[in-house]
Amino acid sequence: MTAFMATLSRDLLIARREGGESLLAVIFFVLGAMLFPLGVGPEGKLLALMAAGVIWVMALLATLLALDRLFQADWRDGTLELMALAPDSLTLVVAAKCLAHWLVTGLPMVIAAPVMALLLNLPPEGWPPLLAALLIGSPALSFIGAICAALIVGARRGGVLMTLLALPLYIPTLIFGAGAVQAAIGGFDPSAHLAALGAITLAAIALCPWAAAAALRQAME
Amino acid sequence: MASPNPSGGFWHRLANPARFQRLSAWLMPWLVLITLGCFGAGLYYGLYASPIDYQQKDTVRIMYVHVPAAWLAMMSYSTLAISGFVALVWRHPLADVAGAATAPIGAVFTFLALFTGAIWGQPTWGTWWVWDARLTSVLILFFMFLGYIAIRNAFDDQARAGRAASLLAIVGVVILPIIKFSVDWWNTLHQPASVSKLSGSSMDPAMLRPLLIMAVAYMALFGVLLLLRMRLELTRRRVEALQMARAGAATP
Repeated sequence: MTAFMATLSRDLLIARREGGESLLAVIFFVLGAMLFPLGVGPEGKLLALMAAGVIWVMALLATLLALDRLFQADWRDGTLELMALAPDSLTLVVAAKCLAHWLVTGLPMVIAAPVMALLLNLPPEGWPPLLAALLIGSPALSFIGAICAALIVGARRGGVLMTLLALPLYIPTLIFGAGAVQAAIGGFDPSAHLAALGAITLAAIALCPWAAAAALRQAME
Repeated sequence: MASPNPSGGFWHRLANPARFQRLSAWLMPWLVLITLGCFGAGLYYGLYASPIDYQQKDTVRIMYVHVPAAWLAMMSYSTLAISGFVALVWRHPLADVAGAATAPIGAVFTFLALFTGAIWGQPTWGTWWVWDARLTSVLILFFMFLGYIAIRNAFDDQARAGRAASLLAIVGVVILPIIKFSVDWWNTLHQPASVSKLSGSSMDPAMLRPLLIMAVAYMALFGVLLLLRMRLELTRRRVEALQMARAGAATP
C-alpha cells in the first residue's frame, strides 16, 4: 500500500509541477463540444437531443488525449523498469497511476460538465444523471485505457494507435453513460443504466491494472 | 487446444517449422478439395435447389453466404485469442505465426458478414444499416481485427509486437459473448439464434442442409487461407534469418 500511495502522490506532484498541461485535456473537452453547435446549428431542440452524447463522446476523446503518455515517460527514463523490479506489486503501482490520471483529467471533466450541459441546452432533468454517470463511468475510461497505454509502450505512432485500440473498448461505457441521461430526459428511471455503468467501472478497476501490469512486463522483456 | 507436452507431444513436435511445412503441404490439397466440393454443393443447394422463404422470397438465399461469414468472423477471433494465449503462456512459436496469419482473414470475413448483411437488410428491413446491437458489436469486432493488425505493425521488434498483439487479442475476447448474446439481451431488429437451440433447430431441413454445407466450405476455406499464410510467414522469417546470417558472414 505504501507503493500505491507513493506512486499516487508522485504522479499528482508531477501533474502539478507541469502546470496547466494536464488541464489541456479539459480545455479540449469543452472546446470540442463547442464545435457541435457551430457545426450542426444552434437549434435548441436539436442540441438538447444531442447534448448527452456529445458530452460523453468528448469525454472519451479527452481521456485518450492524455492517456498515451501514462507510461511512456516512465518507460523512456527507466523508472518503469525500477517499478517492475521493486518488491511491491506492479499491479498496485499501475492502479495508482490510473487513479492519478483520473484525478487529473477525469474529475475536472466531471466538474466542467455542468458548463457544457448549459451551453448545449441539456434539459434540467438530465443534469443529475449526467453528473452521476460521468462520476461513476469516467474512472472506467482511465482504467481501460491503461491497458492500451501499456500495450503501446515503445511503439511507433503511439498516439494514433492508442485511439484505434481504446475506442472499441470504450463503447459499452459510452452506451450506458449516454443512455442514463437519455432515459432521464425521456421520463424513465436512469438507475439501471447507472448500475450497469457502476458494474463496468468496478470490473475495470479490478481487472485492468492487472492486465496493464502484464502488458508492461512483456514490454520490458 | 491441448497443452504442448514438454516431453514431446504432438504440439511440441509441431514447433519445428520444417515439420509443420511438410505436414501442411500434405494437408493442403485435401483442404482445397473439401473447400471446392462444399462450395459447389452449398452454392447449388443454396442458390438453386432450396425452397424460397414465404416472406422474403429469393432474398433469403443471401443467408447462405451471410450467416457462415458471421460464424467464421467469430471463429477467427476465437482463433486469434487462443493462439495469443498459447503464444504468451507456452511461447509456442507457431501460435504467434498463427495469430499473425489469422487477423487479416478474420477482418475479411467480418467485412463480408457486414457487407452481405447490408445487402440483405436493404430489401428485408428497408435500410442498409441500423444501429442495432448485433450489427454494432460486429462492427466493433471488425475494428478489433484492425487494431490487432495495427499493433503488430507498430513495433520494430517482431517479438515485442507479437506479445503486445497476443495480449490485446486476449483482452478483446470480451466482445465475443456480447456479439453472441446481443440478440437475446437487447430487443433488436436482427433475428435471434435459430440454428442451434436447446430445443433443436427451428429451421427447415431443406434450408439447414445447404447452410451447414456452406459453413463447412467457409471453414475449409479458412483452413486453406490460414495454412497458406502461415507457410508464407514461416518462409519469410526463414529468408530473413538467412539474409541476417549472410550479412553476418560477409562482415568478419
